[in-house]
Amino acid sequence: MYTTVYAKSEGLVDIKLHYCPGCPHGIIHKLVAETLVELEVLDRTVGVGSVGCSAFSYNYFNCDMIGAAHGRAPAVATGCKRVNPKNVVFTYQGDGDLASIGTGDIVHAAHRGEKITVIFVNNAIYGMTGGQMAPTTLVGQKTTTSPYGRDEAHCGAPYRVSEMLATIPGAAFVERVSALSVPGIRKAKKAIKKAFQTQIDGLGFSIVEILSTCPTNWGMTPQEAITWSKDNLLPYYPLGCFRDPYQEGEKNA
Amino acid sequence: MGKVIFAEDVCKGCGLCTTVCPVGIVVMDETRLNAQGYHPATVTDAEKCTGCGSCALICPDSVITVQRLVKEASRG
Amino acid sequence: MAKRILMKGNEAIAEAAIQGGCQYFFGYPITPQNEIPEYMSRELPKRGGTFLQAEAEFAAINMVYGAAACGARVMTSSSGPGISLKAEGISYLACAQLPCVIVNIMRGGPGLGDIAPAQQDYLQAVKGIGHGDFKMPVLAPASIQEACDLMLEAFDLADIYTNPVMLLGDGMIGQMMEPVEFKKPAPRPLPEKDWALTGKANHGGVRRMITSADIDPKVLEARNLVLAAKYREIEEKEIKFEEYKTEGAELIFVAYGTMSRIVKNTIKMLEGMDIRAGLIRPITLWPFPKEAIHARAQEAQVKAVMAVEMSLGQMVEDVQIATSGAKPVYFHGKAAGVIPQPREIIADVKKILGK
Repeated sequence: MYTTVYAKSEGLVDIKLHYCPGCPHGIIHKLVAETLVELEVLDRTVGVGSVGCSAFSYNYFNCDMIGAAHGRAPAVATGCKRVNPKNVVFTYQGDGDLASIGTGDIVHAAHRGEKITVIFVNNAIYGMTGGQMAPTTLVGQKTTTSPYGRDEAHCGAPYRVSEMLATIPGAAFVERVSALSVPGIRKAKKAIKKAFQTQIDGLGFSIVEILSTCPTNWGMTPQEAITWSKDNLLPYYPLGCFRDPYQEGEKNA
Repeated sequence: MGKVIFAEDVCKGCGLCTTVCPVGIVVMDETRLNAQGYHPATVTDAEKCTGCGSCALICPDSVITVQRLVKEASRG
Repeated sequence: MAKRILMKGNEAIAEAAIQGGCQYFFGYPITPQNEIPEYMSRELPKRGGTFLQAEAEFAAINMVYGAAACGARVMTSSSGPGISLKAEGISYLACAQLPCVIVNIMRGGPGLGDIAPAQQDYLQAVKGIGHGDFKMPVLAPASIQEACDLMLEAFDLADIYTNPVMLLGDGMIGQMMEPVEFKKPAPRPLPEKDWALTGKANHGGVRRMITSADIDPKVLEARNLVLAAKYREIEEKEIKFEEYKTEGAELIFVAYGTMSRIVKNTIKMLEGMDIRAGLIRPITLWPFPKEAIHARAQEAQVKAVMAVEMSLGQMVEDVQIATSGAKPVYFHGKAAGVIPQPREIIADVKKILGK
């Protein structure tokens, strides 16, 4: 007899996603939703959406959700977590939200060791607003506000969020993964699970940075975008676990 | 031995599923459009499906449900 | 048995907040309100609450937003420049219909300004605290006792109307010391927070969502209409003001907060000069006591209305609207922490009345 081995997660609301065809937001949503169900915390989870393509993410997770102002999700999550520390609180943010306007908020949440889990989707561009340059846009990458290619002399090189946050004592779990292949997606889910477990075990701040794509604003098909991401984003943003509280000898702030 | 079921009208025709099938049976059905106006994903040669779940894993829209044949334990 | 204690305004406001049910404080240092976060940092943990110094005022207001969404009684405090930083967050709180209390202890502005008491944030508080069509009750105490009384009720007010509520003081109210008694107000029936994000397990397995965004204009319009109806209800039920010696007065002053105390002294001095003046003192700046001002302005013996502010003219616009041409409206004020003096006000009054 046949048994179901993969189906739409009950951690997702049963509605269609508004994201572009082939956008990895949908993949990442599934991973978070499945994790919350598998860890049996869905019913005590509060998720914080952000601004960007992720602005409507609060419609999709089948738990209590709140929309935050641009960049402010870690602060909103702090309010939620401090009121109900036993609840699981996560934010879902893109690179404009987290790495541009939200740089202060994310650093301080990590610095305070805020026991929240941050899902950070990095696709090196501003999707929702039509393809402008992001802090994570690569040198030479053309966007609507870097039409000649990002010029390092003019506006600097992109910065690596995971490496930066990993220097903060309160950041207990920091890992960069990718949603660009089946093995990559499986690894990403493991990292997301570990991140939430870090929160559940009260060990501190956790973040998973997930390399993604933007087929629409990169001007590519979803498959071409994955290839471009592998060829260009992966070398600059290396995958790996930068902080892991479960490693032997690893001390947590 | 596997079986895949497509929630056809949810499919956005992105084609990512077609890039990961190890036995190459997932294709976009170019002969028709679904309710959203996309060519929906489907399988040719359904009997070749291994139930690996790769297509379902990479699908951003949870279009695909995967089932696997489970052998009953032998008695005696 | 309530006893009278000599307390600094900021500390009394913080104490009243805790007694009024505040369990969470998120804030940031800025003069002249620093004693509020400092008091909260000492007292809240002792009394089962949580204090957290945020990294900036905009972070604090967003922590308030998150905490309020989870059903907490929560507040923040700041002064002008910090309130400006909170503007976006307050708009989100108002749109999402979340209760909270925000204290602004005003200082001279604009810009970084100075740290002296002023009343230069009236328009910001009442008209322009954030983008979009929304209102927020603004409570303006004129004494530390009144600040305590208003704070003790503020969290109830916020919960009843699921709205941010602002207490607007100035550096004088914040810094002076006066004897206060913490008198619990008569309890008001409070609605259940059946929207609070406490986790599905705590509300029947059905998820809840809080947002300030509705991408469909018709849906956002519906939300706007709900807000507008709420504001009309607040205008009908929550106006607070004081009338001082307005019976038979020939000049009606309108002043609030610390300025109103100086105006009361001015009125007594004018009495000695056979000039009958009275004061309408708004205690709620929004909703503004328009009818009371209009009614007095229409009295035959009233020759003029004068707004007196520690600014170059902000509340005077609302006084003009309220008077709606019944009598001429004059203004006397000083900005940047320079305090209008009774003799200066009297000089203007004499000129206006031709005396």
